[in-house]
Amino acid sequence: MSGILASMIDGLLIGSVYGLAAMGLSLIWGVMDVINLTHGSMIALGMFGMYLLFGAIAGNPYVLLLPVLAAGLVLGIMVYWLSVSWVIDRPILMSLLSTFAVNMMVIGIGTAIWSTSPYNVNFSLPGLTVGDYTFTGNHMAAALSALVISGLLELFLYHTRAGKAIRAVSDNRDASELMGISSTRVLMIAFAIGIALAAAAGALVSTLFPFTILSGAGYQLKSFVVTVLAGLGKPLGALAAGVLLGLLEGIVSPFIAVSWIPLIEFGLFVVVLILFPRGIFGRATA
Amino acid sequence: MILRRPLFWLILVLAGLFAWFPQHNNNVALREDLILVAVAIILTTNLNLMIGYTGYVNFGHIVFYGLGGYIGLYLATVRGWHLITAALTAGVVVSLFALLFGLGILRLRGAYFALATIGVLVAVQAFVSNFEPWGRSTGMYVAFDSYAPLGGPKHALWTTYFLIIGVMALSLILSLGIKSSKFGLGLFAIREDEDAAIVLGVNATVFKAIIYSVSAFLPAVAGALMFFKNGMIDPSIAFEYMLSLEGIVMLMLGGQGTVAGSALGAALYERLRSYLLTSPRLSGFHLVIAGALLLLVIRLAPGGLIGWFYRLVPRSREVIE
Repeated sequence: MSGILASMIDGLLIGSVYGLAAMGLSLIWGVMDVINLTHGSMIALGMFGMYLLFGAIAGNPYVLLLPVLAAGLVLGIMVYWLSVSWVIDRPILMSLLSTFAVNMMVIGIGTAIWSTSPYNVNFSLPGLTVGDYTFTGNHMAAALSALVISGLLELFLYHTRAGKAIRAVSDNRDASELMGISSTRVLMIAFAIGIALAAAAGALVSTLFPFTILSGAGYQLKSFVVTVLAGLGKPLGALAAGVLLGLLEGIVSPFIAVSWIPLIEFGLFVVVLILFPRGIFGRATA
Repeated sequence: MILRRPLFWLILVLAGLFAWFPQHNNNVALREDLILVAVAIILTTNLNLMIGYTGYVNFGHIVFYGLGGYIGLYLATVRGWHLITAALTAGVVVSLFALLFGLGILRLRGAYFALATIGVLVAVQAFVSNFEPWGRSTGMYVAFDSYAPLGGPKHALWTTYFLIIGVMALSLILSLGIKSSKFGLGLFAIREDEDAAIVLGVNATVFKAIIYSVSAFLPAVAGALMFFKNGMIDPSIAFEYMLSLEGIVMLMLGGQGTVAGSALGAALYERLRSYLLTSPRLSGFHLVIAGALLLLVIRLAPGGLIGWFYRLVPRSREVIE
């Protein structure tokens, strides 16, 4: 019994990282109605960014999150101009394919550099032992970092001018342009933040598990599940849904093989989409 | 009548050439090249039924091919069925599976459907990797005596080649037939405006489920034949995500929505891919080039090569459909 409890707590901790990854996807999807299929490769780049930084500096990975976030913003602006700026308001097929093309290029370059063999960031914090179970320090620190970043995003979106502009454009782009908001710039900023969040989530994952350049795809799928659970454009909703997904994984993982988990997640994704097309935690902005 | 359309006869000539050339001078290397082209054409023309005709992106189209391969191989080697019966059964089973699944996930519109198809791929792969009778993650091998009913291995390879060419011709003819049928018009209506199509009496959910199921049949048959020919199957080669994605590149390159375009894109891209994979300097970069190609096509020529040709020679539309 306490084994399940321990597994659930671990699931909660990892779930907050899922939530962080999904916030990036959800922000972009909600604001510009673009489903960002570069998400998985950006998560993977976050992992390798952390790997390279940690290899070069060997500092504290949670401090190294800051340069990863900054690099994510720059990368986001580049990807925005390369593949997103010209497909906004065009049929959804176009934005799916253009972001997907960039995804292929990133994965291709990544495979050429790092092949598809696993890497890891060799860092561990002392854990916390309760009875027979040890909660690793890395998991707790990752969850804490995810919570802090989510909190900062929430503050940014609700209490700064730029954040309010993003929400305004998300609600009604035409009206906000009439109010003097430059929607092109706002969309670019929102996209860059979305990518930075994905990269940060990847960087945190790299301190938890071994990873390959292809690992992002699994987290991309989780992000989709979390986003539809939460409904669009609700960052804290995405965090909550991410924690819920982690908890679910924690509950089922003692009983079944890990390789079944994608099947369960996907089943959840379809059931939620069909039963709650607007998400469980809120209404999608139509 | 389909018999009065020039492209129909062109397809037959093409299939005839595919069958005749390698056998004529017993050129096995050419056969192996052409078989890859044929499989690419099968996958792309059937994917075109979803993306080009109906406007629904299927990121997990390869799942039909892989699942067909598994069922076909299982029936042909473990159960000892004849290859043709096994392949046809694989096609029927995968189509039924797609129909059931389609009725569920095709309630989802547009992008949500596209995401669900990624999920289908991941989920089926997860299932097969854990499925004991199919050898879990190590997969299955073709038992050597399974070649006996086809007259020994050497003969069997030629037989599977001709069968795959046949499936390729059927795929192209199927696309051509659907394009001018009332059913096809319903699909185009869904692509242009699903709500308007529903108002005009197109039963969109049923149409979408049927085309999803139809687009599964021939790829599944081809998968059964191809993996039988290769002699082995495992989850990572049967459900290769990248191959699924490259199918979309082929389709956009040739021209989505057209029969000739999907075949042309498939053939060109497959040759390019083989060249890149075997070239010592570029072998790691074929995905980068594919991605860049896709980006350029959708940015500069959303109609693909055929769309560009239509603009050049407008009357060609009537012949090259």
